[in-house]
Amino acid sequence: MAFFSSTSPHQRIKRRTPEIMKMVVLALLPGVLVHSYLFGLGIYVQIALAIATAVASEAIFLTLRKRPFINSIKDYTAIVTAVLLAISIPSLAPWWVIVIGTAFSIIIVKQLYGGLGQNIFNPAMAGYVLLLISFPVQMTAWLPIESMQAFPVTIKDTLSLIFTGYSIDGYSVTQIKTSIDGFTLATPLETIRNALHVGDTISETLKTTLFSPDSLQGSQWVNLAFLVGGLYLLKKQVILWYIPASFLVGMIVFSFIPFATDPELFPSPLYHLFSGATMLGAFFILTDPVTASTTVKGRIAYGLLCALLVVIIRDFGGYPDAVAFAVLLANICVPLIDYYTKPKVYGRRRS
Amino acid sequence: MTQENKANATIANDMTEEIDAGEVAPQASDAAVYKDLSLQGLWKNNPGIVQLLGLCPLLAVTNTLTNALGLGLATLFVVIASNILISLIRHHVPKAIRIPVFVLIIASLVSCIQLLMNAYTYQLYLSLGIFIPLIVTNCMIIGRAEAFASKNSVKHSAFDGLMMGLGFTAVLIILGAAREVLAQGTLFDGIETLLGDWASFMTISLYNTDTSFLIAALPPGAFILMGLIIAFKNSIDNLLKK
Repeated sequence: MAFFSSTSPHQRIKRRTPEIMKMVVLALLPGVLVHSYLFGLGIYVQIALAIATAVASEAIFLTLRKRPFINSIKDYTAIVTAVLLAISIPSLAPWWVIVIGTAFSIIIVKQLYGGLGQNIFNPAMAGYVLLLISFPVQMTAWLPIESMQAFPVTIKDTLSLIFTGYSIDGYSVTQIKTSIDGFTLATPLETIRNALHVGDTISETLKTTLFSPDSLQGSQWVNLAFLVGGLYLLKKQVILWYIPASFLVGMIVFSFIPFATDPELFPSPLYHLFSGATMLGAFFILTDPVTASTTVKGRIAYGLLCALLVVIIRDFGGYPDAVAFAVLLANICVPLIDYYTKPKVYGRRRS
Repeated sequence: MTQENKANATIANDMTEEIDAGEVAPQASDAAVYKDLSLQGLWKNNPGIVQLLGLCPLLAVTNTLTNALGLGLATLFVVIASNILISLIRHHVPKAIRIPVFVLIIASLVSCIQLLMNAYTYQLYLSLGIFIPLIVTNCMIIGRAEAFASKNSVKHSAFDGLMMGLGFTAVLIILGAAREVLAQGTLFDGIETLLGDWASFMTISLYNTDTSFLIAALPPGAFILMGLIIAFKNSIDNLLKK
C-alpha cells in the first residue's frame, strides 16, 4: 500500500490559482450583467480593453524579465485585476483611461514588486486611485441609469464615445449625462456630498430626481448583484467570511455613530452599505489573498480598519467614494497587523 | 561600506566614523583627483540617486523644469560656497562644536541666496516658497561639509562642491523635465521667472491636451519617477559591469 506524503497546506479541496481566479470571474458576472442592463453596454468594451491591456503588459514585462509568461497569463490573476478595474471606472470613459490604468496596475503595482504574490498594494485599486487623481473629470462621468439618460445610447454610440469621445450624433459624455430637465446627474454618493457642500440637508436631497425610486435603485441593484456573487464565493470557500463580515459590520457600526449624531448631515448605515463600491469591496477587493492580512484575528482587524477608513473618508473626506483609498491605506498596515496577530504555535506558552 | 551605510552615517552625523571616499589620497596626482571627484559627484556617489540625500526638496519642487533648475542652482551655489568656507576654517574649529559651526555657515549662505532670489527672481521665489530656506536642512550640504570639506584643501573642496551640486542639479532637472512633460506637455514653462524676460522663447510646448496626467505633478508621481530613475541608473551600472 502506498502512502503519499504531501506538503502543507493540507486542504480537503485542492484548488490551484487559475481555478480560484476563474470562480472569482464567474462570481463577478451577476454584478456585471446588472450593471450593463441598467447603465448600458459600455462596461463590456471597458472589460475587453482592460483584459487585452493586462495580458499584453504582463507578457511584455515578463519577457523583459526573461521569465516565461504563458503560465502567468494562464493563471487568470491579471484578468481578475483587469475586470475589477474595468468595473470600477465609468463605463463611457475614453479608451486611454482604462489602458493607462491597467498597464499601471500590472507593470508598476504588480510586476515591479516581483509579480504574483509579491505586491503590497491591491493592483486594481492602486490603478483606480491613479486614474481618479489623474483624470478626475473622466473618472467621475458616471451615467444615470438608461431610462434617465437624455439621449438613447446605442452600441455604436458606446463604441464611438469610448474611442473618440463623442457619440455618432456628436454628443459628448457630459451632454448625455445631463438629463432632459437640464440637471447634471452624478452618482448618489457624489450627489449627497455636493448637496451637503452647498448646505442642503439629506432629507432635502433625497427628494430630488436622482433619488426617485427607480433611479436610486441603480446602484443598489448593482450592489445587491455583487452581494450575490460574494455569497457564491463564500459558499464555495474561495474566500473566508472574516473579512467581508467584519467589514460590513464595521461599516454599519462606524457609519451609525455620525448618523446618530445628526441624520441630516450624515447618510444612514443602510445607505452606506448599498451605495458606491461597498459590496464589490467587501467580497472581491478586500479579500485579495495577496494583499490582505492572513491570520484570523488579523483579517477581522483588517476588515474593521477598512470600514473605519471608508466611513471617515466618505463622511468627512474630499472624495465621494472611499473603498479604493481605504484598501490601499489598510494594505500598508497589513504587515503590522500580521505581526501582532501571529497565531501561537501549539504547545508554546503565552509569550 | 555600502552606499546606504555611508548615507546613514552622514545623516546620523556619526562623529567618529571615517567615511571612505571622503579624503583624497595625498600621493595621487592632481588630474586623477579631479577626475575621481567628478565621477563621484556626478555618477558613483550622486547625492540624489545614490546617497538619496535631500529627497524632500528633490521631490517637492520638481513639478516643473524651471522650479527644478532654480532650486538646483541655489543648492549648487550654497554647496560650493559652504565647502570653500568650511575648508578654509577647518584647522581652527574645535572638533566638538564643528557641526553647529557648519550649520551656522550654511544658514548664512542660504539667507544670502534667499534674499538674492527675493530681489531678482521674485516669481520663482514665490513658487519655490519654503523650499529655499529649507536648503539649510539639505543633508547633502552638511554631508559634504562633514565628510569632505572639513578634511581637504580649499581647491579640492570647491571642486567637490561643484560636482556634487551638479550631480544633484542634474537629477532635479531630469525629474523636473519628466514631470513637466507628463503633466503639462511643456518644457521650461515659466523660465522667464528665473532668467528674465529674454528667455521666454525657451518655453517649448510639446503637445496640447485637455486632460493632463495630473499624477506626475503630484508627490506620488515624483516618488514613482524617482524610483524609475534609480532603477535605470542601477541597470546601466549592471550593464557596465559585464
